[in-house]
Amino acid sequence: MADRHPLFVPLVLVGGLVFGFGLAYSHMARPEVVLDFLQFEDLGLVFVMFGGAAVAGLTFLLAPRLLGRAPLTGDRYERRLKPFDRDVLVGGAVFGVGWGLSGICPGAAYASLGVGNVAILWALAGMFLGAYLQGYWRSRDRAPETAPSGAD
Amino acid sequence: MVTDLVGLQVVAELFPNGVSRYAVGGLLVGLGTVLIYLGTGIHAGASTFLESTLSYVSDRSRFQQYVASRDWRLVFTLGIVLGAGVYAVVYQGGAWTTDVQPWRLLVGGFFVGVGTRVGKGCTSGHGICGVGSASKTSVVGVVTFLAVAIVTAQVVAALGASP
Repeated sequence: MADRHPLFVPLVLVGGLVFGFGLAYSHMARPEVVLDFLQFEDLGLVFVMFGGAAVAGLTFLLAPRLLGRAPLTGDRYERRLKPFDRDVLVGGAVFGVGWGLSGICPGAAYASLGVGNVAILWALAGMFLGAYLQGYWRSRDRAPETAPSGAD
Repeated sequence: MVTDLVGLQVVAELFPNGVSRYAVGGLLVGLGTVLIYLGTGIHAGASTFLESTLSYVSDRSRFQQYVASRDWRLVFTLGIVLGAGVYAVVYQGGAWTTDVQPWRLLVGGFFVGVGTRVGKGCTSGHGICGVGSASKTSVVGVVTFLAVAIVTAQVVAALGASP
């Protein structure tokens, strides 16, 4: 934290501002709009996802080739690749149930608070509770690996 | 000529609010991601904030792995809230509140909280950064949650919960 570039935090803030403004502008911060999309009543949301992915994808493709390292961290530009396993399917399905039920995903929920939607605090409370419980279980799952067992 | 009109009719039905609102918003969401990436090399996703913030109040190992990133993730989320606030002041002319019932928000939020963390990402991490990286894992993740969300929303609507 101490040796971090002085512009690191300001840049993250500005990135968040643009990100949140975009979510509000697209109306994705409104659960009703997401639910209309999922019920095929207004497919406009496709443009939010593909528009965002296209802009990001072009940058992720070009930056590693044209630029050296990120100026504020000195890190290499890389693609976002996560290992595939059963968790991706199980977690994706659980997320899908929640998204389809509430019309809210994490980024859009924070933005929804910004557009004055105080009712979204219910969703945020649910998200933190869910994230806490999965973290509680998974921290416990990991414990036996580090603890010496009688069989060793 | 006739086929043109039929085509326009279909477009109007599928996109009753036009597409510019969505396209411009999506480009801005991508731009926010790109700004952070170009400056830092970081792929900023929104759902890790949930676990990283929990590290302030819980010493569980699962949350403690995010201690190094929790401060900037808090700033990123604060930026999202403020950016949406700017939209509300400039374009919306005040606060907007959802009519979706609290139980749907709470229970749905719970599943979202579990699912994004187990599934390694959400609509921004997998959907924008992951798909933008042509990551097979993220494409599978997006297809999974999109398909399940569509089925869930249709079932809930068919059962009469509205909104």
